[in-house]
Amino acid sequence: MDRLRRMLFWVIVGVTALFLLLPTLIIVPMSFTTTTTLEFPPVGFTLDWYGKVIGAADWQSALINSLVVAVAAAALATVVGTAAALALHAHRFPGKTVVMGLLLSPMVTPVIVLAVGMYMVFSGWGLVATRLGLVLAHTVLAIPFVVVSVLASAGMVNPSLAPASLGLGASRWFTFRRVTLPLIMPGVLSGAVFAFITSWDEVVIALFLADAQTRTVPIMIWNQVRTNLDPATAAVAAILILLSALGVLLSYKFRDARP
Amino acid sequence: MNAVLQNDAVTAMKLEGVSKLYGSVKALDNVSFELRKGEFLTMLGPSGSGKTTSLRAIAGFIQPTAGRLLIEGRDMTGVPPQKRNIGMMFQDYALFPHMTVLENIGYPLETRGIKRGEREKRSMEMLEIVGLAHCATRYPKEMSGGQQQRVALARALVFKPDIVLLDEPMAALDKKLRGQMQIEIMHITRQVGATVVSVTHDQEEALVMSDRIAIFKDGRLEQIGSPHELYQQPRSEFVADFIGEANLLHGKARVTPDGVVVEGDGWNVSLPKDDPQGQALTATDKACVVLRPERIRAFAAGAPTGNAGEGVIEDKIYLGVEYRLVVRMNDGNKINVRSRDVAAIAGMKAGDSIGMAWASDDIVIIGA
Repeated sequence: MDRLRRMLFWVIVGVTALFLLLPTLIIVPMSFTTTTTLEFPPVGFTLDWYGKVIGAADWQSALINSLVVAVAAAALATVVGTAAALALHAHRFPGKTVVMGLLLSPMVTPVIVLAVGMYMVFSGWGLVATRLGLVLAHTVLAIPFVVVSVLASAGMVNPSLAPASLGLGASRWFTFRRVTLPLIMPGVLSGAVFAFITSWDEVVIALFLADAQTRTVPIMIWNQVRTNLDPATAAVAAILILLSALGVLLSYKFRDARP
Repeated sequence: MNAVLQNDAVTAMKLEGVSKLYGSVKALDNVSFELRKGEFLTMLGPSGSGKTTSLRAIAGFIQPTAGRLLIEGRDMTGVPPQKRNIGMMFQDYALFPHMTVLENIGYPLETRGIKRGEREKRSMEMLEIVGLAHCATRYPKEMSGGQQQRVALARALVFKPDIVLLDEPMAALDKKLRGQMQIEIMHITRQVGATVVSVTHDQEEALVMSDRIAIFKDGRLEQIGSPHELYQQPRSEFVADFIGEANLLHGKARVTPDGVVVEGDGWNVSLPKDDPQGQALTATDKACVVLRPERIRAFAAGAPTGNAGEGVIEDKIYLGVEYRLVVRMNDGNKINVRSRDVAAIAGMKAGDSIGMAWASDDIVIIGA
């Protein structure tokens, strides 16, 4: 009976894991096929598709676009999100819940609604089809991840450390630099990683805001899927998965590295 | 110690009519006192008495609603904590967990722009004074509560602040360590010549460590003085009850040709004509008598009738060095008697009627 129960447990765990991972992982072996169409199981083994992707000018520019936008959006979201989280953590003020709700609203607003809204506003400001426009849009999307992550970290810091620092002669900025920031760093870094990933695999807003010059990797994949789906797309997908997985691993490492 | 301070008193800090209002609640009500250089002052009182509010006002974490605070003659109105030269030891020590012990102690020097070499030298000297030189490279979480406290103290002292503030210094320690750390903190602060203001609700801690004690109640400074003064001359029932053990007897004053007599049901206190305490009483007819338990003598029979009382023993407790008697007076009030006169007490038992006597010198009268 006990054995049966344990077996059942592992079967359920295994099925759930497969259900979660299979759609993602199935693309990886497909990227090694020697055929010119996507095949599962893959036929033979080749790295040609990776070479093709890395060698192609349009993929290269998309990769650069993606990296630049994701790094910039992550940096911006981290600075703004950290500042917002610290203010929300340290102070009580009227309308605090409203501010909190607004900051976190991009998490729950349907992305398509955000995308349409941003397209309308940004076209008025001349920000459509610019990297800056995409960076700003992705920053908005990424801020909630930083806020949540930094708030969690700040909640674990002893609240008397900041007053103690002031009492020992430190200015507010010195206190932030030398005491607060090092202690919330795990939250800041894992927030930054999630901000990066948010931008890195974002497709809906990018579809509205990007043009041929500013398009990102997810848009390239989207276009490929609609026109000529070949194993090169699978190779790109594999690269995206690898980078995202690395990011998540990195964020776990930051979380564990609490002082 | 105290006499020396009074003679060449140099004022380190002065509070002039300091009040703090939270809405309509008076957390501090017109508090004034002076702190002398090199003095160890303890602010003592129950929670909500204003002692912690005073400490926070001195540190600069809150601004008084009214009154002035002067440190080294300088008006501190509007001066933020980081611009006051004050070292504070927090209740939970507030050591920085990401810094080593040496870095923690060096922090106030770092904020003052002192270079690393000099910083480490001075931190190390301080670490030696608190007896933790071997722990320089450890992190706070690797140390015991008592060691953490000494690090916090070292950090509050290392930059030679004008005043060192201790916020409930023993609160985070277990009872065994407290007595030891009280003596140690007193020694260390004396050794470096620090001027200290401590806050506590523990009267024993205050008595052990302080040159003077300021007793707070309901936001007001009730009385300030040396432990000896507060014990011998409490000016209110609250102070008498808070410092040491006290029997408070409420009676009526009556002026006689020989002086003043305060009496209740089955007890009396007579004060000679020249006693200033008695002279102050002539105007009022109600008075409270403070009688310390160790100043009362118990008699099985033959007790005197003046400066004496009678009662029935409710409990008799043997405490090794002394006996403790709980005696019910005629009016139903109970008083405590502590006596080392084993021969006199040994024969008494609960239920016995006894006589008690005291000397008029041992009595403090508080006008009611």
